[in-house]
Amino acid sequence: MNDLIIINMLVLGGTALAAAMILYFVSKKFAVRTDEMVIRIAESLPQANCGACGKAGCADFATACARADEPTFANLYCPVGGQAVMQKIASLKGFAATDKPATVAVLRCQGTCRNAPAKIVYDAVSSCRIANRISSGESGCPDGCLHLGDCVKACKFGALSLDQTTGMPVVNAAKCVSCGACVKICPRGLFEIRPQSPAGGMVYVACRNRQKGAVARKNCSAACIACQKCTKINDLIKVEDNLSYIPPTVDAREFGAELRDSCPTGAIIYKERVRG
Amino acid sequence: MVKKYTFPMGGIHPDKHKITSACPITAAALPEVVTIPVKQHIGAPAKIMVAKGDKVKVGTLIADADGIVSADVHSSVSGEVVKVEDIPGASGYGEKMISIKTEGDEWEPSIDRSPEIIRDINLTPEEIVTKIREGGIVGMGGAGYPTPIKTALPADKKVDVLIVNGIECEPFLTADERLMIEKAEQIIMGARVINRALGIQNAVIAVDENKPEAVEKLTALSKLYVGVNVKVCKTKYPQGGERQLINAITGRELPSGKLPVDIGCIVQNVGTVFAVYEAVLKNKPLFERVVTVSGNCCRHPGNYLARIGTPISSLIEQSGGLSDDVEKIVIGGPMMGNTIVNTAAPVTKLTSGILLLGGDEFRKHEASSCIRCGKCAVVCPAGLRPFAIRQAVCFNDPAETLRRLHAGDCIECGCCAYTCPANIPLLDYCKIAKQEIRKK
Repeated sequence: MNDLIIINMLVLGGTALAAAMILYFVSKKFAVRTDEMVIRIAESLPQANCGACGKAGCADFATACARADEPTFANLYCPVGGQAVMQKIASLKGFAATDKPATVAVLRCQGTCRNAPAKIVYDAVSSCRIANRISSGESGCPDGCLHLGDCVKACKFGALSLDQTTGMPVVNAAKCVSCGACVKICPRGLFEIRPQSPAGGMVYVACRNRQKGAVARKNCSAACIACQKCTKINDLIKVEDNLSYIPPTVDAREFGAELRDSCPTGAIIYKERVRG
Repeated sequence: MVKKYTFPMGGIHPDKHKITSACPITAAALPEVVTIPVKQHIGAPAKIMVAKGDKVKVGTLIADADGIVSADVHSSVSGEVVKVEDIPGASGYGEKMISIKTEGDEWEPSIDRSPEIIRDINLTPEEIVTKIREGGIVGMGGAGYPTPIKTALPADKKVDVLIVNGIECEPFLTADERLMIEKAEQIIMGARVINRALGIQNAVIAVDENKPEAVEKLTALSKLYVGVNVKVCKTKYPQGGERQLINAITGRELPSGKLPVDIGCIVQNVGTVFAVYEAVLKNKPLFERVVTVSGNCCRHPGNYLARIGTPISSLIEQSGGLSDDVEKIVIGGPMMGNTIVNTAAPVTKLTSGILLLGGDEFRKHEASSCIRCGKCAVVCPAGLRPFAIRQAVCFNDPAETLRRLHAGDCIECGCCAYTCPANIPLLDYCKIAKQEIRKK
């Protein structure tokens, strides 16, 4: 009886020992050598795997950072982690972190239920991408918000919500990490990842309608009618295809209020502070 | 018992609703203003040849084909050009259009307006193709593919059969049916013209068995001409699809990504063939077409010969106006057509029907979860799995996954959505999938 136990222990113990030795040698022989730097960079990343940096995920971004020399490193940026994370990675690499202005997603449309009342009833699938294919939408504006919330579903950070009274998506600037998912999903390209202007604040044209002024106004009372008034305030502002665009380089603190007040339809939005 | 042809895979049998089968084609009233889009075909928009203030006659060239895949556009009324600009079309999106204010009805002198049928074709294939091109003819079945490309074969391609598509499998539509009944001989002559351009002696006019009058007329007349035969097809939707019809008539299967010409076939809609007859033998460019105005909420349904550019609202007015029951206005058939948002939009070369629909049958129903019954895959005439495509679209899968599911081969017939017991709008998802594939 005792022999049986001893034999069992010896056989099992021997097998285990042999297996352990094989595994040990295999793990040494075929070890995947990972760059220490990649691991340390990956640890400081937010691990959202959102792809906002343009890489396939956080691991890919960490590898790119580890391999980068100083000039290529300046082009890498993790919008989710922001300046803090980039500084951390830069110090690991021994580079100086470059300053990037804070960015946030802005919706360039004010076609609320009141500004752009519905002229038809849309009763097909509740998806902007489908509605955009079928027609110009309930308001009749071919470039305006369709109120069906594909962007809200696409946002992984809970920064977008659909306002029930206006029907418009609202960006929560505190939660927005500028990953650009909304920009990609919106079939009408209404979102823009916009850096705040050099001295802080933000001023932009909240309209994408390229129809002639009179037609645009018929669809929406807050449409840009290409009246050119804003172009007289700052030369950087250009009107193309019946639509004005204010580049982010225009100083919002200096011109913001004036631009907002000059717009006859109220299509220009001025925010003194981007976050908070 | 005559053999009846049909395609083997998938298909459905929706209610026919062919309420206008017995309504003769009547000329629609001339509108006060026509707006003619410069892009009524697949390919590049035509180059605008007129400016505001120009005087035009019926049949005057107003926009010239820009490149090979493009088509000429002709004025459909005589009068003065009042606007050349972006005007919201049927979908509400702006399209380049030419507005012409009607003054009288003066035709270009070159157009032969006599009613007699010309039976002699003394033209070379090249002359025929040139005349088709100058007539601005495009595939009138709905795709809008410029016809001259189909009739002028590249040297390395060989075609042995011309299929004239007189199936009209969409419910409600009867424009092609009426044309086959009233202009049977012209259609046969048109088929012979295309035969000659292709250098073949084998045209098959495919007609659905639910159009007995057209079958009778065409069969009797086709016996008088060499190289034109009539084949009767069993009723099934979407028999009028190019792939399905080729399969039904010849038994050949069109591989994915290939054109009918690669397997020796050319398919032309009867409307197109009639337009070819008029353009080649009567010098009359394509500026009017037969439009069915119908629908379960239409007061006086009928078939109209309408000038291109006639506002849709004017045709609705002539057939009794909008009643309160109308919930949607659809251009084309109820299966593949599009709901329009703007009745000021014009009739184009591709407008086969205007349907005024309402009631439970045509309403969207609340979609529930997929129960994995597989009915959509059974009825899909392209042999796809619509449920899998929908799932891939919902999960935002990469275009590669959609390509592997062959979503690009979807013919957008709508059988899947029609048959789905959970009311899932599968066709919409397939359309998104096709869009995603095209993006990359």
